Amino acid sequence: MTQKGYFARDTQWHPPALTPGYKTSVARSPTRAKLSFPTSLSEETGPVFGHNILGPLDNDLIHNFAAADQSAIGPRIVVYGRVLDETGRPVPGALVEVWQANAGGRYRHKKESYLAPLDPNFGGCGRVITDENGCYEFRTIQPGPYPWPNGPNDWRPAHIHFSVFGQGFAQRLITQMYFEGDPMIWMCPIVGTIDDPKAVESLVAALDMSRTIPMDARAYKFDIVLRGRRQTFFENRAEGL
Amino acid sequence: MVQSLNLLKESPSQTAGPYVHIGCTPNFSGIDIYGGDLGTTMKTGPVQGTEITVRGAVFDGTGTPLRDAMVEIWQADANGIYPGNDPRGAADPHFTGWGRSPGDMETGEFTFQTVKPGQVPWRNGQLQAPHITFWIVARGINLGLQTRMYFADEVAANADDPILSRIEHQNRVPTLLAQPDGAGGYRFDIRLQGDAETIFFDI
Repeated sequence: MTQKGYFARDTQWHPPALTPGYKTSVARSPTRAKLSFPTSLSEETGPVFGHNILGPLDNDLIHNFAAADQSAIGPRIVVYGRVLDETGRPVPGALVEVWQANAGGRYRHKKESYLAPLDPNFGGCGRVITDENGCYEFRTIQPGPYPWPNGPNDWRPAHIHFSVFGQGFAQRLITQMYFEGDPMIWMCPIVGTIDDPKAVESLVAALDMSRTIPMDARAYKFDIVLRGRRQTFFENRAEGL
Repeated sequence: MVQSLNLLKESPSQTAGPYVHIGCTPNFSGIDIYGGDLGTTMKTGPVQGTEITVRGAVFDGTGTPLRDAMVEIWQADANGIYPGNDPRGAADPHFTGWGRSPGDMETGEFTFQTVKPGQVPWRNGQLQAPHITFWIVARGINLGLQTRMYFADEVAANADDPILSRIEHQNRVPTLLAQPDGAGGYRFDIRLQGDAETIFFDI
């Protein structure tokens, strides 16, 4: 058995823990250095989810909470893409969970009190498992921006939250998808926790008119990259390089 | 200029935000779409080994429990095999190894009904002490935090553990030790910041 491990995370690329512009991070960021050590089976294994957990509408947020013959209100979109690792290899069988506000920026959650109304036909969650090529797709309505108590006038850009499982628990990732052309992306303190503009751009989904369904829904492409797994270059050797 | 390595960059993390429950534990937040939340049950039938309950909470730098965190755990079965994709073979068929808890909305307390994990080999074959991997996300946490829970009553195994024994600041090791709660379970509190700050791992 060879243990190949994962590429180290680039801590300059990910947001640091302490980002005072995002106020909640101040009391929730560790101050001691993290302890580094190589991955072992404990991190290189991870839960496996079968397609049997999925219902027929799990990846259709327009309909999965709607009454019969009704649908959610808002701009209808398809969000599609691939889950890859840093070497460009597809990650098949990856569970992707998404959640979002409705078209008016209102979340269906007990602790949410924004005055924009709930949509009775929109729940705001969906999930999908990538196919053998790492591809996933769901349909939803484009979420609205919403205000939040950080600065006195802070608004989140339109976004969809993504939770992704890879093949090892070390790849576990939660992130957010933004929409091409949204001017609010560059004002947001949460987006601003990321230092490198190229890293921010990697979270902005591209409008893809070639995948649009005419007279039905526009399409956005959002690829997700998980940590790469080290290769063994010579398979007859007991250990990788 | 040199040749490109042709590597992609990992998608940068963003906070899970305060409404992580909508996507990950929708039933807990009152949205009944999936018929049940993933990760609420780690035992799908009679399991091997010692059944335990692990409880705890996540505290911020002011000592306030987080009431909007989501905690996931990943662990081996009672024989030290990981369910799912362990290259060494099949694990206990009635044990999933993975749990997810949103915590109580008032107290922030998370609970896992699980089994005590067996020992798993380190990279060099040396046995690690029994441990459970924790992953914590919440509003205000920009990148999910990884740590490990060990068992305070596994004194000999902990002393030989390849990670615990390598930690320079041995006075911080107790932050990774769950204490027996007297009822066959364990208490594991996680402190994000401050004097008793939990050790987090960059794995």
